[in-house]
Amino acid sequence: MDIKVNVREPKGDTYVVDLSGEIDVYTSPKVKDAIGELIDKGHYNLVINLENVRYIDSTGLGVLIGGLKRVREHGGTVNLVCTNPQIKKIFDITGLVKIFGIYDDVDAAMKALV
Amino acid sequence: MNQPVTPHPHGALGTVELRIPCKAEWVAVARLAVAAVANRLNFSIEDIEDVKLAVAEACTNCIQHSEGSDQIHITCETGPEGLTVRVRDFGRGPRPQKAAPSVSDEPHVGGLGVFLIRSLMDSVDYDVHPENGTNLVMTKKVAH
Repeated sequence: MDIKVNVREPKGDTYVVDLSGEIDVYTSPKVKDAIGELIDKGHYNLVINLENVRYIDSTGLGVLIGGLKRVREHGGTVNLVCTNPQIKKIFDITGLVKIFGIYDDVDAAMKALV
Repeated sequence: MNQPVTPHPHGALGTVELRIPCKAEWVAVARLAVAAVANRLNFSIEDIEDVKLAVAEACTNCIQHSEGSDQIHITCETGPEGLTVRVRDFGRGPRPQKAAPSVSDEPHVGGLGVFLIRSLMDSVDYDVHPENGTNLVMTKKVAH
């Protein structure tokens, strides 16, 4: 069980973070570190790509919420890419669909940031 | 996406017990083991995913909130009506029992795990012993 994190070369001031694997209490610190590092460097518009994430729990959601809170303080935002129905369901029942912009692909998520 | 799982021909009545160290790296083992048990019943894939996440959240609560518990005991009781999972730790300290969903536009983290457990399972009961751990009993019924 692991999570892979890849930060793409930026387009404008937007960074895309590709995640693949499972995000749980064991792997979420790695995601938190990657997002935190971008924010620490002053990058406040992020697309987090969950297309290849098979599983996420409340600790993973907490990392995403924490990142969103931090970028909002600087006028930025976090958009998510998510197509997995089970993960979409988790965002839905927790009410996080009201907080995050959730898109079907990276292009749509990036366009929504502009 | 919601394909039914073929039930085991002899039914799936029985009890499965698992003990894991109270550490983050073992939660994946617990959720996969319980998913394998749930797979013996006539649950949909979606229901199995629900059980998997609920068990993981329960174990995560033990790891994050119990002091001095070395192990988590997970017991799965299967029956024709569904699956009952008990998640027990032996540590001290208060455990979150109340759910706090994010329903406003303001991001909120606390209580999400318990909220998910209560949302995904059909019944959830906590038996809290402040000095001797918490026993969480949750049930998922098979849809007939």
